[in-house]
Amino acid sequence: MIAELGQFALIMALLAAISQSILPLIGAERLDSRLMAFGSHASLVQLLFVILAFGCLTQAYIVSDFTLLNVAENSHSTKPLLYKISGVWGNHEGSMLLWVLILALFGAAVAAFGRNLPVTLKARVLAIQAMIGVGFLTFLIFTSNPFTRLLVPPENGQDLNPLLQDPGLAFHPPMLYVGYVGFSVAFSFAIAALIEGKVDAAWARWVRPWTLTAWIFLTGGIALGSWWAYYELGWGGWWFWDPVENVSFMPWLMGTALLHSAVVVEKRNSLKVWTILLAILTFSLSLIGTFIVRSGLLTSVHAFAVNPERGIFILILLAIAIGGSLTLFALKAPALKSGGMFSPISREGGLLLNNLLLSTACATVFLGTLYPLFMEALGGGRVSIGPPFYNKTFIPVMVPLFFLVCIGAYLPWKRADLVGVLKRLKYAGLAALLALLIAWYISDGGPLLAILGLGMATWMLLGTLSEWADRIKLFRAPLAKSWQRAKNLPGSSWGMTLAHGGLAIAIIGMISTTAWKVEDVAVLKPGETLSVAGTDYRFDGVKEITGPNYSAVEGTFNVSQDGVYMATLKPEKRLYTVKRMPTTEAAIYSTFVGDYYAVIGDPDGKGGWTVRIYREPLVTWIWFGCTLMVFGGLVSLADRRLRVGAPADKRKKKKVREAEA
Amino acid sequence: MRGFILSTTILFTLIASIGIASISLVQAVEPDEVLDNPILEARAREISKEVRCLVCQNEPIDSSNAELAKELRIVVRERLVAGDSDDDVKDYLSSRYGDFVLFRPPFKASTFLLWFGPLLVLAIGIIGIIFFFRGNRTQKIAAPLSAEEQNKLQQLLQDGQEPPQKLNSDNKGEAS
Repeated sequence: MIAELGQFALIMALLAAISQSILPLIGAERLDSRLMAFGSHASLVQLLFVILAFGCLTQAYIVSDFTLLNVAENSHSTKPLLYKISGVWGNHEGSMLLWVLILALFGAAVAAFGRNLPVTLKARVLAIQAMIGVGFLTFLIFTSNPFTRLLVPPENGQDLNPLLQDPGLAFHPPMLYVGYVGFSVAFSFAIAALIEGKVDAAWARWVRPWTLTAWIFLTGGIALGSWWAYYELGWGGWWFWDPVENVSFMPWLMGTALLHSAVVVEKRNSLKVWTILLAILTFSLSLIGTFIVRSGLLTSVHAFAVNPERGIFILILLAIAIGGSLTLFALKAPALKSGGMFSPISREGGLLLNNLLLSTACATVFLGTLYPLFMEALGGGRVSIGPPFYNKTFIPVMVPLFFLVCIGAYLPWKRADLVGVLKRLKYAGLAALLALLIAWYISDGGPLLAILGLGMATWMLLGTLSEWADRIKLFRAPLAKSWQRAKNLPGSSWGMTLAHGGLAIAIIGMISTTAWKVEDVAVLKPGETLSVAGTDYRFDGVKEITGPNYSAVEGTFNVSQDGVYMATLKPEKRLYTVKRMPTTEAAIYSTFVGDYYAVIGDPDGKGGWTVRIYREPLVTWIWFGCTLMVFGGLVSLADRRLRVGAPADKRKKKKVREAEA
Repeated sequence: MRGFILSTTILFTLIASIGIASISLVQAVEPDEVLDNPILEARAREISKEVRCLVCQNEPIDSSNAELAKELRIVVRERLVAGDSDDDVKDYLSSRYGDFVLFRPPFKASTFLLWFGPLLVLAIGIIGIIFFFRGNRTQKIAAPLSAEEQNKLQQLLQDGQEPPQKLNSDNKGEAS
């Protein structure tokens, strides 16, 4: 009965979305305020029905209602409650329902927070948002219904893939989806602006918080995913250039570009056409990501051909959404008036260069991800594209970007004196050179590229800090005055410093752990010790343990350095009873300078166990850096000037001379 | 050729499903595979990171648990012990399994767009930006700028004054 209610709710949501996508548009055209206001009400109704549907499915998972095909295929009665709930989106149908839920949430949020939006713009934005909803609700109802009943329900379910039964992966998909789907608002605003034929600073100010919100979640989601891969997959890697990762990385790259170009529209009323295009492209990449993952194209073109119904459906959706929006762009964009002029060497010029490099980087990932599919589809044979390709193409694009980050932050609007800026960065440059030499010394002249990379990341970090110090006149004014200035810095300026600094720290972690990772594998008998990178791992044997839905062997390692005890590591090797699938649960001792990572493998039948030990220098810096980036985004979001409609406090602003980011 | 690909795919799928059914006891590089010569072993590890485990989803043989990956790891080491260079080993593998086995796609006609695509995007972007800056001053489109003209353009741009839109746009965040 509850499942049928969910089914009914989905249909009602679809009807609400259909009317929401038509009436407000007509209203905006005829300036009929009642029709325009309908959009806000409909978006709320749509949200309530989607919440109801989502609740129904969640309920079915919690009580293990195996009369539902979806629950029977993806759940099991012995699964812990957390994974019963996260199992709702751990499968195709449920994850699409989550997608639709988040989309409806964003739509309703625009309706609720957008009180100060011009009524026609708001009506159009909500209508576009609803059109996306119509597409995905139709997809859900007609090709991926989560409420399909089974005539003969099984006694128990087939369980969720054990790799997904992990706290990290329970929250990874929702965060990622908020990121993906959040860009739909920027998209809707862009399309609405094209219909209105007007883009101005106010428009950019409304778009920025939504884009920033999406970006924050996407950054967090990607970081969470890579952290999960690091501790769960059992060999200490954190990024694989896997298509699944790439499709989330592409909207991130484009979204980051959008975030920066929207600043130019807001502050200088320039780069409008380009920003609109970026908004369209960013959400298109989110759609493509959803499409690639959901259509089975990832495994191979053949998997797609076997069950083409869903794939074709999303392909048509993509064609309408991307083709339609780009056509509208081509028709309407030329009419947009361009605003403030600027010299190539200026804040605007710097942000434009940022956009150019990020777009190129995104194109690289796009080609690397989709080329094999195109080649296979066109009968050109199969190729594999992996890390060696990205090392040769992606990294060379990103290096100049990283190098220029702190220079760009120093540039004033309109025109800048590059020599003057570089002079102000001389201490950061000298310190980065020093760091480079220290890295050289410590690593014994280790991989040259890694050492240069560390120098570059240090430059980026110190340059960012030096810009912040200059801004608050640190050491050049009395400390109390600097403190006062720091407190008065706008949130978006703090956000920039935090995010750029976080990025630099993450890069330091990435380079160090890639270049100086040490690993060893051996067969150890209880009592034996393996020495890896100066640390001793004494194997103290294994014992069998039983979890709620798995059995496992747990090894114990005593970790010490020069006889001084450091930690006890207890890696597990689990066997999930329903799926008969083994997983590794690495044990990690994290420190500021690096991780000690142990994995227990299989017995050799002669009393020994295969043991893998990894030493990962500075690896936690990656996620610490990402956390700083997310935090920077949040601080920037809290900036009152970004809050829609918040009246600016002019007097206060005049006091703080800000070269705002 | 198609038939060959299809049959090998089916074969691999079979191997994979057997691997899953019997709960494979292999996991990444096993101690018994490791070569005594540390230099050769290090080379073997580097190569294995670039070789795809054909039955897995986008995983190198270096980290894969599949039986086939183990076999390929042993093949790589055998070739190295026999005196092959790194490239010889990769050539050997791609001649047996096709380009698909290597994570570094080859340079050839069908992959030109892949390798040079990013450069193309960069070039288009740069041209677009050049036109953007020129369009800022003049609608005329002429031959590319010489260094002298570039300087002049710079000069002109710097002389360019603030547009009138400034008034109705929100400009309080502006730096001096």
